[in-house]
Amino acid sequence: MGYTKEQLLDRLKEFEINFASYDHPVVLTVEAQAKYVGHLGGLLSKNLLLKDKKHRYYIISALTNTNVDLKVLSQRLGLGKGGLRMAPEEALQEILQVPLGCVTPFALINESAGTVSLLLDQGFKSKESCFFHPLSNDTTISLSSSGLEKFLTSIGRRPAYVDLEANPSVGKDNPPDLAAFVPSDAPALSASIEKATPIQLPVVNQTPENLKSTSGKTSSKSKVPSGTTEKPKSTVNPLTEATDVEKLVDSIISKFATAVQAEKNPNDLQKETESSLLDGVRKRITTDLQMQMMSFKNAAYSQGFHAGVEAVGIAMKNMSFRS
Amino acid sequence: MAEDVDSQVVNPWEVTAKDGGKIDYDKLIEKFGCQRLSDDIVQRVERLTGRPAHVFLRRGVFFAHRDFNEILDLYERGEKFYLYTGRGPSSEALHLGHLVPFMFTKYLQDAFKVPLVIQLTDDEKCMWKNLAVEESKRLARENAKDIIACGFDITRTFIFSDFNYLGGAFYENMVKVANCVTFNKVVGIFGFTPEDHIGKISFPPVQAVPSFPSSFPHIFSDKNNKVNNNLRCLIPCAIDQDPYFRMTRDVAPRIGYQKPSLIESSFFPALQGENGKMSASDPNSAIYVTDSLKDIKNKVNRYAFSGGQDSIENHRKFGANLEVDIPIKYLSFFLDDDPELEHIKEEYGSGRMLTGQVKARLIEVLLELVERHRKARALVTDEMVDAFMAVRPLPYMFS
Repeated sequence: MGYTKEQLLDRLKEFEINFASYDHPVVLTVEAQAKYVGHLGGLLSKNLLLKDKKHRYYIISALTNTNVDLKVLSQRLGLGKGGLRMAPEEALQEILQVPLGCVTPFALINESAGTVSLLLDQGFKSKESCFFHPLSNDTTISLSSSGLEKFLTSIGRRPAYVDLEANPSVGKDNPPDLAAFVPSDAPALSASIEKATPIQLPVVNQTPENLKSTSGKTSSKSKVPSGTTEKPKSTVNPLTEATDVEKLVDSIISKFATAVQAEKNPNDLQKETESSLLDGVRKRITTDLQMQMMSFKNAAYSQGFHAGVEAVGIAMKNMSFRS
Repeated sequence: MAEDVDSQVVNPWEVTAKDGGKIDYDKLIEKFGCQRLSDDIVQRVERLTGRPAHVFLRRGVFFAHRDFNEILDLYERGEKFYLYTGRGPSSEALHLGHLVPFMFTKYLQDAFKVPLVIQLTDDEKCMWKNLAVEESKRLARENAKDIIACGFDITRTFIFSDFNYLGGAFYENMVKVANCVTFNKVVGIFGFTPEDHIGKISFPPVQAVPSFPSSFPHIFSDKNNKVNNNLRCLIPCAIDQDPYFRMTRDVAPRIGYQKPSLIESSFFPALQGENGKMSASDPNSAIYVTDSLKDIKNKVNRYAFSGGQDSIENHRKFGANLEVDIPIKYLSFFLDDDPELEHIKEEYGSGRMLTGQVKARLIEVLLELVERHRKARALVTDEMVDAFMAVRPLPYMFS
């Protein structure tokens, strides 16, 4: 059973991901969608479901004016020249569990889409208002890129942006630059779904202990009986997230921007100027905030370090006292 | 080995252009044998790091490299590398030119999420500038504060000064390197003479060995106290440091180590123009991180060499000479916004914009930079310096 629109929106609220929702008649194309929400000043997305010769699936989520060349992408993924095609209609139903015209990154919330790879246009990065279908095409939701990233992280995906228009030469000396986005498995389109692991970028884990536990997880493919919603556990140390200066600044600015927008009437026609205003604000203050945050991190570490040194000194004094 | 009398001189202790003109970077790349940093590589960096390239890469400030492609290859495969840069702490006052390699290194650290070692060559300055040992050490600590203020991440940065750190595994590597370089060789590379004291002649290995991870066992050894000697090193530096690392790359395979890769920058021009010399004795030749708004305004307005015409009439007619204009040069270093810079170059080059306007914009940009640096500098305490310089492990250096 696939998620419904309501279940998805509940999940977004649960994770405190801010979004604005617009209902409209059913639309099957971006042009039709633009008629209803195009004036709101956010970034519309065009979403494609693609399939390769080994029955692996890919969602391409791009800005409407990004030129998506399937031949180039196919090479960049290491699938050769004609390796990518549009997926058949049945795949939308079976794998993404969404109706026609409704391909969306949110479909990844479904277990059936567990092995589908997501290529997200880098044009969405750091943007306040991006439009996607929330699993049904009679609604469009607008959320910030950091909200989308939070959603993806909540379903065990690592958010990653791709320059979809880049056309690097692929050859002996230039390996396919998107090879990491090729799923390790094809989806099993049968009743009991094998739980495969989410697509990870080649990121190295930080401590030997973490390395051990991840390799344990990636090599095991336990058969999960359909019905249980066991999400793969995030293998990132929570402190790493918490001390990531750039992520932190990004989330602070996004929270602030969303709050500003929420204070105003959501149907206000000034949404367009607001988005670009907030983008401009973000540009102005990001560097300063990052520097301040780094100073903070360094100061906190230094204080902790000295406390540690003192603690060792005290322990040693106590030891010599006793002897 | 005598240099041609009229060719340019570029080595770690002297940079002079031919006939007092501009440095010919093409000739330099050819002579040194390094490679130009192409646009392809810049775009590849953007793809791999998922963010726009640093302004210094986009504007060709960092313009040459050795084996940078190999670093990008291994990074793409999910392998790791670390960064190494440094400073010779010869003066307390740092100017913007001094900050350039550090600003770029910070970007590399953030973009690739890798650790960094920073060497303060207080011993070198002690020898070359005839400073007292205590004074060199003091300057090293003071400079460390300005370096830290550039925004390095303490959880993945180790700063060390030679007087404090030399010994142990670091010294073992120095001996290994020194074993492979003859007196004739260093004379050839660095121009030493028999009159130079032996301290200078034996210094090069000190700057070479931070390229090898085994020099830092507290950072790079694993649970079994073994160091992975295949961990590669990337060195961002100004191109005058190339001789040290040519020597290092020559020696590395002979002692079982990997060659370090380099990414090199051109020289930061003095306010008076490319042909001028930035010197500590002339405070008006550069913008210092301690300059006030008044200082910056004064220096830019009065001393920044202008490519504009001598009269407004001629300027409107002929436009500015962007090649020699220092405000434009400085803006290309520090104004991040590509479209805005293009616009200014268009308008100024055609004569529609006046020198005063360009200088005003530069003053704004410099002030923002200097202010941000000063704020960060004020938050660097001696305890923080001690923590950055403590010989400690960096468990989260790759996350």
